[in-house]
Amino acid sequence: MSSVQQVLAGAGVGHRLRGAIWQPRVHGSELAWAIAFLVPYAAVFLAFVIYPVTYALWMARDPSLYGDLVSNPRYVRTVVNTALYVGLGVNVQMFLALVLSGFFMRRRWWIKALLPVFMLPWALPAIPAYVSFHWMLIGEEGLINSLLALLGIQGPLWFQDRRLALASNIAAYIWKWLPFWTLTFVAGRTAIPQEVYEAADVDGARGFRRFAHVILPLLGNLYLVCTLLCTLWTVGDFTTVAMVSEGAPAYSTDVLATLGFQYSFDAAQPSLGIAAVLSALPVLIPITILLMRALHTRQVQL
Amino acid sequence: MKGRARLRRVLVEAASVALVVVLLIWSLTPVYNMLLIALDPDEGDIEFEGIVWPQDPSLHSFHTVLTQGYWLVADFWHQLGNSFFIAVMTMVLTVVIGSLASFALSRMRVSRGWWLVNAPLLTYAVPASFLVIPFSRLMVSYGLANSLWAIVAANVTFATPYAILILRQYAALIPIELDEAARIDGASPVQIVRRVYLPLMAPALAAVGTFALLLAWNEYVYQYVLLSSTRNMTVAVAIAQFFNTDEAPWNYMMAASLIYSLPPIVIFYTLRRYIAAGLTRGAIRG
Repeated sequence: MSSVQQVLAGAGVGHRLRGAIWQPRVHGSELAWAIAFLVPYAAVFLAFVIYPVTYALWMARDPSLYGDLVSNPRYVRTVVNTALYVGLGVNVQMFLALVLSGFFMRRRWWIKALLPVFMLPWALPAIPAYVSFHWMLIGEEGLINSLLALLGIQGPLWFQDRRLALASNIAAYIWKWLPFWTLTFVAGRTAIPQEVYEAADVDGARGFRRFAHVILPLLGNLYLVCTLLCTLWTVGDFTTVAMVSEGAPAYSTDVLATLGFQYSFDAAQPSLGIAAVLSALPVLIPITILLMRALHTRQVQL
Repeated sequence: MKGRARLRRVLVEAASVALVVVLLIWSLTPVYNMLLIALDPDEGDIEFEGIVWPQDPSLHSFHTVLTQGYWLVADFWHQLGNSFFIAVMTMVLTVVIGSLASFALSRMRVSRGWWLVNAPLLTYAVPASFLVIPFSRLMVSYGLANSLWAIVAANVTFATPYAILILRQYAALIPIELDEAARIDGASPVQIVRRVYLPLMAPALAAVGTFALLLAWNEYVYQYVLLSSTRNMTVAVAIAQFFNTDEAPWNYMMAASLIYSLPPIVIFYTLRRYIAAGLTRGAIRG
């Protein structure tokens, strides 16, 4: 692996910046301009992030709300669903995206031609896509079961069974967002300098060995960043469950986002709804901090 | 040995052709299903009769939607206009706010603290859908209740952190010496942004703009909660409204869905080249 490492060393590995927490490096009018450039975003952040979050925390300040939640079996089941939805939805998706990104790097015209079609789910708006999934799977005569019937298979009632309904939601979610992450990994692979591949070739690393010893170390941090970002976005996903299974059967496939919505609007208990979603914060905040750290590491390492 | 290598190559090719077929089916089935239902000529409630092929295809449902010939699609064009307004405003504001902030954070070296530079990402610690209720109450106090601007504000809030992230990564690839040279020539920061930064960032800006546009076109829950009147509704909400009636014509619903899907698809494929370039170069490097 020596030549690979040489190439990497040449790419400038090394020093980690350990800057002070606030260390302005610009002065005078430069600083004034820097602040002026940051003001629009700071305003958005204060008005539409800090304020609503503070408001939410204030609405859900009563500790007894959390007691009510935990003693409610529906909430406990929703937490389990959310963990399954996020755990499978994110990890299966990331793994597939990583594998498919390698596939799309192959130089074959029919693979190049497939890419635009494969990107279609990302461009297709969520509501039409999920409504289509709903109709495709509903009842005995949706498209999927009709196709299965052609093969002589009696398809299941997808939304009558909690596991199947949950799996349907996860599949629809992966369908929608897989192209986005695949493209990100394709971008990551493209950014690996050609010399690295050549050096690996000289050292006789091909196929799986090249993947494990060359590509994975280089893409590892990108994979971590994408997984964390995708986790945060998936926890907040409302549309998929609300449109595909609609929580069926009998609210047993709800996730925190849809449960919070129902508590707030259908049951007219906004405080309880907010408490339900905010109960995910002890998991979400560490993930966010991890994401920020991972991005920082990446910025200076390669 | 040679024969074995050839066999191996043939097997690899066969496997990749098979994978292409699987991916084609995977990607296109839901779209095909939309077409299948939209092409059904029956007005009123369609029974799902187990068809896998349109037996009597008709463009009647598209005609009805485009001429607003049914009460659920009576404001279709106006609602499509609303969707456009939200998407375009989200895109413009995200690009403007994001590029200014990313310039200050990455080119002016305001701070080296990792937490300050990445602070926008804190937005994602509380997902958008968790904040609908405080957000809607807030909008009442900001005087933006039932206003399209409320949706734009929400979209910009949740699109900008990712935009800043991507733009900062891409900016790191542009040599800082360019800025310094411009500065020595007496350019002000505004001129550097306009003459140096923005032109060189064009692919990343296209990528980020498309991301914001698709985010706005995908968004549903804020539009559903915040826009109460039919006139201010967007197409996404109007489509979901079909579920609220018992004998809704699903072919109209799918025709409306397909029409609603066209603009982002057109924009996406027009800008595809730039998106790939914008994501590519910033992806691994910091």
